[in-house]
Parts: sequence; C-alpha cells; structure tokens
Amino acid sequence: MTTLAKHSRSASPASASSPKPQGSHRRFGDLKIALLFIAPAMIGFIVFYVVPTIRGLYLSFTEYSILGEPEWIGLDNYTAIAKDPLFWNSLAVTGQYVFINIIVQTALALGLALLMHKVAKSTLIRGALLLPWMMSNVIAALLWFWMLDYQIGVVNQFIEWAGLPRVAFFGSEEWAIPTQALINTWRHMGYTALLIFAGMQAIPGHLYEVAKLDGASPFQTFRKITIPLLRPVLVLVLVVTVIGSFQVFDTVSVTTGGGPVNATRVIQYYIYQRAFTESDFGYGSAIAVILFLILALVAFIQMKFLKGNESDLD
Amino acid sequence: MKKSLGAVAVAAAVALSLSACSGSSSEEAAKGEISYWLWDANQLPAYQQCAEDFTKANPDITVKITQRGWDDYWSTLTNGFVGGTAPDVFTNHLGRYGELAENKQLLPIDDAVEKDNVDLAGYNEGLADLWVGQDGKRYGLPKDWDTIGLFYNKAMLAGAGITEDQMKDLTWNPQDGGSYEKVIAHLTVDKSGKRGDEPGFDKNNVEVYGLGLNGGGDSSGQTEWSYLTNTTGWSHTDKNPWGTQYNYDDPKFQASMDWFAGLADKGYMPKLETTVGAAMADTFAAGKSAINAHGSWMIGQYTGYKGIEVGIAPTPVGPEGERASMFNGLADSIWAGTEKKDAAIKWVEYLASAGCQDVVASKAVVFPALKTSSDKAAEAFKAKGVDVTAFTEHVKNKTTFLYPITDNTAKVKGIMEPAMDAVVSGKAPASSLTQANEQVNALFK
Repeated sequence: MTTLAKHSRSASPASASSPKPQGSHRRFGDLKIALLFIAPAMIGFIVFYVVPTIRGLYLSFTEYSILGEPEWIGLDNYTAIAKDPLFWNSLAVTGQYVFINIIVQTALALGLALLMHKVAKSTLIRGALLLPWMMSNVIAALLWFWMLDYQIGVVNQFIEWAGLPRVAFFGSEEWAIPTQALINTWRHMGYTALLIFAGMQAIPGHLYEVAKLDGASPFQTFRKITIPLLRPVLVLVLVVTVIGSFQVFDTVSVTTGGGPVNATRVIQYYIYQRAFTESDFGYGSAIAVILFLILALVAFIQMKFLKGNESDLD
Repeated sequence: MKKSLGAVAVAAAVALSLSACSGSSSEEAAKGEISYWLWDANQLPAYQQCAEDFTKANPDITVKITQRGWDDYWSTLTNGFVGGTAPDVFTNHLGRYGELAENKQLLPIDDAVEKDNVDLAGYNEGLADLWVGQDGKRYGLPKDWDTIGLFYNKAMLAGAGITEDQMKDLTWNPQDGGSYEKVIAHLTVDKSGKRGDEPGFDKNNVEVYGLGLNGGGDSSGQTEWSYLTNTTGWSHTDKNPWGTQYNYDDPKFQASMDWFAGLADKGYMPKLETTVGAAMADTFAAGKSAINAHGSWMIGQYTGYKGIEVGIAPTPVGPEGERASMFNGLADSIWAGTEKKDAAIKWVEYLASAGCQDVVASKAVVFPALKTSSDKAAEAFKAKGVDVTAFTEHVKNKTTFLYPITDNTAKVKGIMEPAMDAVVSGKAPASSLTQANEQVNALFK
C-alpha cells in the first residue's frame, strides 16, 4: 500500500518541483534523522511481517497443534499438500475468483477513471465513487449476503417480479464464486479507479492537444496515448489488486464458509480451516508459504513483462 | 525504573516463597474474581442470576461472565489457552473436550467431586459419564442436555387435515419413508395450490415445503438426519464415547441418506443451495416450511414467533420399532492454567447443583442436567403454554444415543461437511460417503 501511494504521488505533476539530489558529501549526514523517521514503520514491519514470516516458514516444516510443541517433520507437510485434492481445488477456486474479480474490476475502474478525468469533475461525485471502499469487507459481504438471499433477499424478489426463477447466489456451486468476486469488485473498483485517475492526471495535457490537432478520434487517443502512458500505474494497480484478490478470505468466511461442497474453499480459507479450525498449524503454514511463493512469482511476472518500473514519459 | 521493578520482583518472589511455605496459597486460589464463558445469549440472564446467588453465599468470590457467539467462542478460547488468558471456567462441548483434555488444557476434578460428595446419580442418565475422558479422569460436571423433536405449524396441519395425534404416531423407514414421508408430501404445496401427493404437483415451484432443511449436517447430522439414520440400528462410530472407527460406509446409513436427499429431489424439502443464508427457523416463521426437525434449545425461538401456532411432535418411529434422538450435553470445565483453582471448583460445583440448575429451569430456555431440575424446566415450559414431552420422552424411554465423542472431531467435520453437502444437494450418491469414510478412519491410524 505504501509503495503504491508513493508511486502515484511521484507520478503526479507535483514531482516536477521535488528538490534536486544533494551532494555526495552529505549523503550520510541525514542518516540518523532518516533512521528515526523510518523506525516506526521499520519496527512494525519487523514485528508484524518479518518475524511471523520466518516463524511461519519454520512451522511449515513441523507438526504443530498450537497447544503442544512444534515437532520437526521435514518436508512431510509439502508432500502431503501435493497429494491433497482440496489444496488443488482451492487453487482452482481462487484462480477463478481472481480472474473474474481482476478483469471486471480493472475494466470498470478504467472506465470510471476516464469518467472522472473527462466528465465528472465534481468532488462530490468523485467522492461518492469511493463510498463502497470505505465500508468494511465484512459489512459489505453481509449486506450483499442478505440482499442476495434466496428466500428473503430483495434482489431475488425483483428477479421473481421480472418473471425469472430465483437464483441461489451463494448456495449454488456455479454462482457462489462469481457472486463473491463481483461483490468485491463493487467494493474495490472506486478505489482502483481513483489510483488510475491519479495516473491519468500525470499525463501531460499538451499530448492530448497535439492529438486533437492531428485529428485523432477519442478512441485512438485513448489507445495510443492514455493507455501507453498509464502503463506503469496500471501495472502497479494490477500487482496490488491481484495480490489482494488472491488473499480473499473475509467475504468467504462470513458468507459461505467454503461451501457449497468445496465451491468457495479459497486458498486463504483453506489455510484458516486447517490451522485454526483443525489445529494443524504446520500444514496451514506450509500452504501459506506456497501461497507466498505464488504471489511473489505473479508479482515478478507482472513487473517483468509489463515493464512496470519504466515510464514512457521520460 | 528498572531498579525499582527488580526490587518489586524480588519482593514478590520472597512473598511468594513465604506464602508457599505457610501454605496460604490455597487461600489465594479460593477467593477473588473468576471468569466464566458461555456462548448461548439466551441463557445469559439465568447464569447472571446464578453468579449473583453464588457471590451471596461466597462473598470472597465474584464471577465475571462473558458471552461470545458460537463461531468466535472456540477460536478465542484456543487463543486464550495459548496466550494464558483463558477463562477459569467455561462451558464445554462434547465435540471439543476430547481434544482439550488430550492437550492437557482441562483440570481433572475427580478429587473435588469425591471430597465434596457431588451426587452423580442425580443427573439424567449417562450425562455425568460423558465427561470422563479416555484417561479415566473427569473433566466437567453436566449442566444441561438436549434432544431433537419436530416443530410443526398447526395452521398448516389443520389445513391439510392432519391431526396432531397423527403427528405423534409417525413411522419412518428408508425404503418408502413411511407415514412420515406421506405427511411431509401432503403438507407440501406448490404455487398453484396442488399438494405434493396430488397428480400435477409442480416440484419446481413449491410454495410451502413439508420439511425444512438446516444444512447437510456434516459429521453428526444432529438435527438434520441422525434422528432417522439412528433408528435403523446404525450408529456413527464403533463405540461411543471414544470410538476409533466411523461408519459412514454402512449401506444401511447410505440408504437412509439417499432417501433424505431424495426429499429435495421430490420437491418436499428445499434444495440445499437455497438454505445458505436465512436460518431454517426464520424461514419456518415466514411460512416456507410446515415441519422443522430441530433441537430442544430452539423451543424458545420457535414458540416466540408472533402469529404462528407451533406444536412439537416426537421424532418418528423407525424400522426397529423405536424412536431415536441424539442426546447432547454441555458441561462446565475448568482451565488447567487457572490461578483460582479452588474458587473455580466451587463455582463449577455450584453450577452443577440444584441451586443454579433450578434457576436455569425457571427461565424455561434449556433442560438442566439434574433430573429434578429437568422436571422443573418442563413445568416452566408448561406454564408458558409449551408442551415439551416430545423432548423429555426420549430421555424417559431411553431412546437417545450420544453425540459421537472421538478424537479428531474437527478434522472429521472438515472431511464430512463437503461430502455430506454433496449428497444432500443431490450432486453425489450416498455411496460416495464410503470414500470420505476411508479418509476419516485414516485419521485414527
């Protein structure tokens, strides 16, 4: 999150007025002060991220029921996971979720950002787009859980009035994942749009004027100017949203709890189930390590092939 | 600052060792505030009352009661065990205590029970023995029990021409469902007003289901199907408590499950996918089902709905000529890490005594474990206009079977939940449970 905020800020026009680099003799002069300012974040990072990650890595090689002592069992957890159909199922289910969530969310956010950039200049309307994002995940999930309920949900009432059969949005295996992917799309697209919108504002206006003079259509301008210049921001948004999407948990936890059958047993929920419900912390940690590796790989591929760290503006 | 802290620590250590010598530590453990946790909000007022009465009798001890919803209860408790902040005394469940006892989180109370002459024969039969672990030690004193019954909508019954006496004499078998299925079919009504047993019944457009559905029932089927499957002579495990082999592969059981899943296919019971969300009791109140099989702890909720007349019938008689109901009981256990051991024991013994259980009985929310208090609860229900013989009959006629108590219950549930969902939703035949059963039994090897 911090990287993202930093990035969008440096991509904004304000970065033009940033101070020039200091001379090399002063390079370490501010180190003490700098460390002081970094310390709060650093301590939090070490205590809440580095230490748990290392401990999780250690636990993944043990059998640990939390009430006893961890017992070293080497790679046993990993070989068991490789043969665990529920693990592979959770990967497939999570993949389906991420696919739907990211495609729809990015497309809608891009459209919203364009609207914010070109049409909706009122702060009120721009702010309103962010409203769903300000709701907690659990509240948003529960709200939709009730509205989409098969028996007493308002949405199904409308569907019935329209003469269509009721839909078990959370109860049917086909609908459960798309429903939850779209709920979180609804919640996050305003925020994603805001990030993309910030990136659009960083594109120099004269490029559009030139394009207009050359007689480019709005679609051509969008395809040939906006998208290429927006690429670094888009890549970052993608990296962050994909990682966030892979970690879906709360929505599943408060609505379907992994069911029906195994249709929503996403990887994070499966980790929780193995570790906290079934007291198998070693096994849960091992899946968490695998998820960590998957996410690192996904982020790496995205950065590498979409050239997220280069800008075409320079 | 550091120095003074060290000095305090030394002083404390000296004080501790001194007190240990003089033997006053047991006094420390017998007074002060103890914490007590429970999950059922409906019972909170009764236990609040018990705590006040207890403090009146034991002015040295106060009890701080915390209520947490079922879902948070167990995870918070586990965190408490690890973090050292678990409550001194807490409400325990049969499905959980085996694991807790094995991990040495529970305090055995045999000595206290013997010393204080707790009359174990005063409890309803079998309840006290449930809390003796595999190691032969006692880990709790029983507080209440529950059985299963059929809640029905009186107006719908009258509309269908089914008498309440008929409801009391229902029979069931896994082949054709007996009179139980006939009644369910007749109570089912489609959108055009046709009943489930009439020609032209549209099973895809049902207005009222004969039988409500709570869920797949995972490993125990407590309220969903165990009141049927266990009338065939089948039982969950090879022995109970502490079985090491589950029997989901038994053809007798699988035939029962196929019949059960068939109800949804016939349109007599809602499809599993439609039950995710609104609670079964609420859909009953909304007039979507005529009969709901549910536990005695739900009496208050079912009879509390405005505008619906609710009756309670006993579960049907099965092929072996007997009814069957799961018999589940709760108990109060003491955390092994408590610093107020003596006070905690006193509180647990009070909770298990007539003093507290009569208070609970008078609130008419659950059936207390003591026989005398159970009778008082039945009277209290009667005074409210609720006939609870459907539940008490099971205990009187000894047609109960115990909640399956084994090790690995959480893992068994983890395997059986999706497997049962698949069967009840009609996605897989009941024979698929054989494979799940193999997975379950592999846990005990």
